[in-house]
Amino acid sequence: MLLIDCPFCGKRTESEFAYGGPALAPRPDPAALTDAEWVDWLTVPPNPLGWVEERWWHARGCGAWLTLRRHTVTHEIAEVRHGR
Amino acid sequence: MVSVMQRYSALSLLRHALNGHRNWQAAWRSPPLRDRYSAIIVGAGGHGLAAAYYLAKEHGITDVAVLEAGWLGGGNVARNTVTVRSNYMRDESIPFYVRSVDLYDGLTRDLNFNLMQSKRTMIDVLQTWGMVRDRRRRRLIMDIYGSTYQDISVDELRRRVPLLTGGGPDSRLPILGAAVHTDASVNRHDAVAWGYARAADALGVEIHQKTPVTQLLRGPDGAISGVETPRGTVRAPIVALAVSGHTTTLTETVGLRLPLRTINLTAFVSEPVKPALDVIVNCPDLGVYLSQSDKGEMVIGGAPDLGQSFRRDIKQGVFEHTVAMLLELFPAFRRLKLLRQWGGHLDMAHDASPIVSKTDIPGLIVSAGWWGGYKAIPAGGAGLAHLIATGRPDPLTAPFGLNRFRHLDYVVETGTTTAR
Repeated sequence: MLLIDCPFCGKRTESEFAYGGPALAPRPDPAALTDAEWVDWLTVPPNPLGWVEERWWHARGCGAWLTLRRHTVTHEIAEVRHGR
Repeated sequence: MVSVMQRYSALSLLRHALNGHRNWQAAWRSPPLRDRYSAIIVGAGGHGLAAAYYLAKEHGITDVAVLEAGWLGGGNVARNTVTVRSNYMRDESIPFYVRSVDLYDGLTRDLNFNLMQSKRTMIDVLQTWGMVRDRRRRRLIMDIYGSTYQDISVDELRRRVPLLTGGGPDSRLPILGAAVHTDASVNRHDAVAWGYARAADALGVEIHQKTPVTQLLRGPDGAISGVETPRGTVRAPIVALAVSGHTTTLTETVGLRLPLRTINLTAFVSEPVKPALDVIVNCPDLGVYLSQSDKGEMVIGGAPDLGQSFRRDIKQGVFEHTVAMLLELFPAFRRLKLLRQWGGHLDMAHDASPIVSKTDIPGLIVSAGWWGGYKAIPAGGAGLAHLIATGRPDPLTAPFGLNRFRHLDYVVETGTTTAR
């Protein structure tokens, strides 16, 4: 079980959180991109054996949306920040 | 080199018993690794071995090496819940899974290997109106393609599954009804891997265990030219990846990004108990499903870990949640002891449908995105073999090409057991 260090509530277990998917770059203007870049932004998340940034919602705590930097193999959490 | 496969039968068992079981032939060869083949399949799991078998059997292509990082049948083909069914949502998915169910039903005879195929029926226990609607909607599409769903009442559900005593009118989520999928079955995962391996080997395909692919290789024209392994470079004009979970790990060695995320699914088994459950029970509102193995163990599947994961253990949180949900419906299991747990990682595509496709790199083919890949092994392997042999997808896997993402023409699937 992950122990997520919420900036407002302190260390809380993963069961208090909902997962919100990979933290994407801000939505670009599709008209300013090539088709390939647009499809890439929509459908291709980073999938490394390593660090990913992802969104977690402290649904059963303070309700804040957090961004985590987490390792996909060790599940170590290097950073938790409020917002994006 | 094609060897003569030793046929298994009651008679051969008797004959070998009289000889003290000293003369059984090895089920497959371990030939030396050559430096060139017509095609390489990466991954001796269910899909890779099935593809190798159908390549040899249906297309006559036997100059094929199946390269396996670990040991045969030790990957995700051993890390699932052996559930075979076709109750999906989409016009693209259902005929594919109906075909896979049909192939499984005839596979023991086809491979001359006892898969212990056991038609079980799956019963979906429905506890929210949204799920009732979802099942009705699925049934409309399934009716078209010959898959089956039948609504039954709560009384009928309790008659068929006497152990299911929870979910009463005062519970958190009272049971509203159930949907019966008679096509479902379970079988023995080792036998699927070994059966395909033995039959493919007998047709001349080479299987090389402990041969991890560390790097894909491209020629000067940009096309795939082979793979790098610790045992040396192996060349082939066609390389097909069937490496559930690690597809992007390999494609990124040649700069190819794919719409896949790797996640880890939870499963565990209980101690063996006397026969108590003769159907597969699926509880989609709770995120748990179970069946009883021939040995008597309750085989229990849970939801995926939250977030991407390349681990193959299970998280305590997911485990506790799955057990708590199970006990809501099966309070008698409070006394059941759990023996083993395992995770299996898989790569899920952006639209949750599989990918069997050529890629932007000529000669590189991927079979990935198999959430529920065990049931798809025969039809997925046949589809992958067709693509390798002819360069074109067969009709059943044609909807699952990478091109669908290029056109944002998703096949959004929700037929997975515990996806919520």
